[in-house]
Amino acid sequence: MLKIREYVKVKTLEEAYELNQKRSNRILGGMLWMKMSDAQIQTAIDLSGLGLDQIEENEEEFSIGCMVTLRQLEEHEGLAKWSSGIIRESVKDIVGVQFRNLATIGGSLFGRFGFSDVLTAFLALDTYVELFKGGLVTLKEFAERERDNDILVRVIVKKTPGRQVYLTHRNTKTDFPVLAVAIAAERDGARVVVGARPLRAMCVNVDDAWKEKLEHADCTPEELRELAGELAEQVPTGSNMRASAAYRKHLANVLIRRGLFELHDRFAADTGVDMDKGGQQNAD
Amino acid sequence: MQISIQLNGKKITEEIRPDLLLIDWVRQHGCYSVKCGCETSNCGLCTVFLDEKPVLSCSILAARADGRKVDTLEGLKEEAEEFGAFIADQGAEQCGFCNPGMIMNAIALFREIADPTDDEIKEYLAGNLCRCSGYEGQLRGIRAFIEYRKKGGAVCDK
Repeated sequence: MLKIREYVKVKTLEEAYELNQKRSNRILGGMLWMKMSDAQIQTAIDLSGLGLDQIEENEEEFSIGCMVTLRQLEEHEGLAKWSSGIIRESVKDIVGVQFRNLATIGGSLFGRFGFSDVLTAFLALDTYVELFKGGLVTLKEFAERERDNDILVRVIVKKTPGRQVYLTHRNTKTDFPVLAVAIAAERDGARVVVGARPLRAMCVNVDDAWKEKLEHADCTPEELRELAGELAEQVPTGSNMRASAAYRKHLANVLIRRGLFELHDRFAADTGVDMDKGGQQNAD
Repeated sequence: MQISIQLNGKKITEEIRPDLLLIDWVRQHGCYSVKCGCETSNCGLCTVFLDEKPVLSCSILAARADGRKVDTLEGLKEEAEEFGAFIADQGAEQCGFCNPGMIMNAIALFREIADPTDDEIKEYLAGNLCRCSGYEGQLRGIRAFIEYRKKGGAVCDK
């Protein structure tokens, strides 16, 4: 059972950072995962008085405070528009509304949990994290780092034009995903993110020639299947109580293929291309 | 540490342990409708409103609710009784254990979406588990309540 000896609602980030340098102290996000542990915390550090619970939008980017809840992400119209709906799609099956009203984006990303839908979806977008001491780093770089005592202050999502899709497979509806896949084709490149492997989500870049073919909706179904197979091969998978590594490998191929077909269809719809060639949604 | 919470309209100020969960705090104040089911943030049985939003009281510290408003089923009596009658009409309660959490979250749904579709109802209530009914009874009760409300019969609108 979680034990907390002191509770400090900090007034500044500097105060939070100083407290967080002590190993027995912890910053509270939504606290949903931490609560499941037997941690003995000397001082729980609460950031909820710092106004970091807002999503701000300007012409170039979204700035999302670390205390913004998953429910706020789910309901934000601007984010939905700029992410082709994948942010909403990625959080809507996380337990229930009551859970998502507590869980925060800061806690979800700082933990870099293997099962995280949130990390998978945001990695597909042009996303940065603002660290109190470490400054601005790409989410990809942050996801690969080990945990330290810095503070994740905000998440920045650039409004980079593109199309994205998000797919998961779950054994039961509100459980952790067995596998999560996000695919994005944006101005600066195309990438496939695979999460819940059950290792941390990882990015695989799509070759520029393939990206161009996708964006021009110029792929045959056979080509899309071939591409999905190539991408899935690059994703190491593991086993846990939800699924075996082999099953996840198979799922990766299936979900990436479905995602590529969906993305291809969307580009075709954008350009008015006749989809006789490759637009038929794969049914398997 | 000292906290001050408005529980069901009444302001309470007192000393608490920093790791006291909100569920334990509201039960200490007589709100026994709020029950601990799974303790893993999955079942929805401990649902309360925190500043009008449904949250899992088993997964938030009472300290986090300091300076805020908490409502339990006991504080929503009229609204809850009115909707609860529709659930009872369908025999949807069966053992009744999940009912307080289900009613709390259904009320949150009605406040947020005036005329929800079946898919919206299922999605909103996905975090409330019932091991007796298979959810069909509750869904019928909710549909019947929405129809009743459309005809101007409910007090639930805010």
